[in-house]
Amino acid sequence: MRKILIILMAAMALSSAGCKSNKPKPGPSSQTEVGNAADTSGADAANAGSVGSDDEAAGPQAGLLAKRIIYFDFDSSDIKGDGTDIVAAHAKYLASHAGTRVRLEGNTDARGSREYNIGLGERRAQAVRRALLLQGATESQLATVSYGAERPAVAGNDEPAWSKNRRVEIVYLAPGGQPAVVQPQR
Amino acid sequence: MRSNKSIAHRAIRHRLLEIAGAILALGAVLPAWAQLRIEITSGVSDPVPIAVVPFSRAVPADGGLDVAQVVQHDLEGSGRFRARQRGQMPATPTQASAVVLADWKNAGDDYIVVGRVVPVEGGNLAVDFDLLNTLTGQRVAGQRFVGTPSALRNAAHRVSDVVYEKILGIRGAFATRIAYVAVDGQPPAQKFQLIVADADGENQRLVLESRYPLMSPSWSPDGQWLAYVSFENKKSAVYVQFVRTGERRQVSARAGINGAPVWSPDGKKLALTLGGSNGNPDIYVLELQTQTLTRITDDPAIDTEAAWAPDGKTLFFTSDRAGGPQIYRIGVNPGDRPKRITFGGNYNARPRVSADGTQLAMVTLDNGNYRIAVQELSSGTVRVLSKGHLDESPSFAPNGATLIYAEREGNRAVLGTVSVDGLTGLRLKSEQGEVRDPAWGPFAQ
Repeated sequence: MRKILIILMAAMALSSAGCKSNKPKPGPSSQTEVGNAADTSGADAANAGSVGSDDEAAGPQAGLLAKRIIYFDFDSSDIKGDGTDIVAAHAKYLASHAGTRVRLEGNTDARGSREYNIGLGERRAQAVRRALLLQGATESQLATVSYGAERPAVAGNDEPAWSKNRRVEIVYLAPGGQPAVVQPQR
Repeated sequence: MRSNKSIAHRAIRHRLLEIAGAILALGAVLPAWAQLRIEITSGVSDPVPIAVVPFSRAVPADGGLDVAQVVQHDLEGSGRFRARQRGQMPATPTQASAVVLADWKNAGDDYIVVGRVVPVEGGNLAVDFDLLNTLTGQRVAGQRFVGTPSALRNAAHRVSDVVYEKILGIRGAFATRIAYVAVDGQPPAQKFQLIVADADGENQRLVLESRYPLMSPSWSPDGQWLAYVSFENKKSAVYVQFVRTGERRQVSARAGINGAPVWSPDGKKLALTLGGSNGNPDIYVLELQTQTLTRITDDPAIDTEAAWAPDGKTLFFTSDRAGGPQIYRIGVNPGDRPKRITFGGNYNARPRVSADGTQLAMVTLDNGNYRIAVQELSSGTVRVLSKGHLDESPSFAPNGATLIYAEREGNRAVLGTVSVDGLTGLRLKSEQGEVRDPAWGPFAQ
C-alpha cells in the first residue's frame, strides 16, 4: 500500500510539473516514459540522464570570443557584418588550440515548415563551419547540429523575435568525449 | 534490458506502473496536461437538422458517460449538422419502435438517433442505436457495438461514424486518434510532450516527455506505432515507439540530421531525411526489419519531408533545388528521377497525400501568409483552405475529407481542422501551453 502511495505522489508531482509554482528543474533526468508496464527500461530510461549541459565548457571569453552568436537574414545562410568578425575570432582561437572543440548549433525563425527549417538551420551551421575551416580550424574540432525552429532564443511572432532566432550558436565543448565528427554509418 | 529482480518484485513494479500509467492517462484528473478544448470555427450554411436523443444508460458500468452527448458533439463539431438541444426534445424514445415521427418532423429534424447502452456478458457493454429518417420513416441504420466499459467512448464515436456516413455518404473519422506535440514553458526552459488523444481531444495519453525538442510524429498504418524525432541526445534521432506499452527503439542516430520519418503504407519501411556530416539533407528509405538503407535523392539542395503515396511506390518530398522549397515526386526504384509537382508561388512544402491518392496537402506561402492548401494531383488545381498567417504541418484524416494542422491564435500555437471543401473547421486549444505538429491516425483495424 505504501508503495502505491509513493507512486501516486510521484505521478501527481509529475503531472503538476507544468504548474508555475513547480517549475521542472534542470537535472540529469530529461525524459520520462509512461505506459511501460512489464518493461523496466522505462524506469531505467528516466534515470539514464540526459547529456544536459554536461558536455559544454565556458570557453574563451576575451574580446570578440565572448560573442558566440552569429545572426542571419531571413532565408539566408550568408555570414555578414558582425558575424564575419566573430567567426574570424573563433577561427583564430581554434587554430591555435588544436584540442578545443565546438558545436555549431544552427537555428531558424518559426516561419514555414518545421523539417525544412531543420535543413535551413543546418545550412547555416555548415556555413559557419566552412568559414571556420577556411580560417584555420580543423574538421575534428567542429561538430554541427540543427535545431531548426525548435529551440528559439526568444519567444514571439514578429520580426524582432524572429531576427534573434535566425542564428548559429558556437558552443565550446568540455575536453574528452566524442570526437566532433563521427563517421556516418551507411 | 532485462531486470534481474525476482519475479515477485517485477510483478509488484508491473502493477504499480500500471496504476501510475492509468492515473496519468486520466486527463480530467490532471489539469496540467495539455487538455484540449474544441471550438467550432466554421460550418456549412445548410447543416442537416438532427436530433440525438439521450440513450438509456447502463449505470454504473457506463462510468457516467453520456453516449448521445458524445455523438451530438461529434456531429455538430463536423460543421455539417445542427443538433436539437436537450431541453427542446418533444419526447425521449430510446428505440425505433417508440419514435413518433410526426413529433420530430414537425420540430424540423430530418433525422433522429435513438439508442440504449446495455450490459452484456463478460462485463461488457453493448451500444444499440437506430438512425431514422423522419421524413420517410425509413430506418436508415441500426447497429450494435460491443466493448468493455472503458471503450464506451470509442463505441459512441463509432455510432457517430455510421450516422455521418449514412447521411453524408462519406466515411466518418470520429473513432480515430491524433498524435501531437505539446510544449510548455518559455525558451530556453521548455518541456516537450508527445501525446496521443482521441480525434476530439479526449483520452490523452502521454507517449514521451522530454526537456529537448520532439517533432514529426508519424503513425504506422496499423495505428500501433509512432515514429518521431527526438533531440534527447542533443542532436536529432529517429525513434519508433509501440504506443500501447511505450516500448521504443532508436532507428536512426546517424551523423547529422535524422528527420521527417514517415511509415510506408505496408508498415515495413520508413522514409526519412538524413543529412550526414556534410549537412546535406536527402531522402532515404529504411527497411525496419533488415536496417537496409536505400538512398532516394542525391542533390546538394535541402531534400526533406517525404510523404508516401498510398501505392507505396512513390514519394513526394520538399526540395529547394529550384531556389525555394517546392514539392517533387519520385519513384522509390533506383534510377527514378524527381518530377516537380508544385508551380504556384515561391514556397510549397511539407506534402501529405490523401489515402485515396488523389489529393496533396501542403504548406504554401499565400500573399505572405503560410497556409494549408490542397492540390488535386490529376489536374494540378490548388485551393488554399486555411486562413491563418503561420499555418503548418497538415495531416489528412483517414477519410480524406478533413485536414488537421498547426496554426496560431494570437500568440499561442493551437491545432485546427479544415475540411477539404473548405466549408468546416474546428480549433483545438490547450488549456496551458502550446500544441503543434499533429498527425491524424488511421482507421481502427
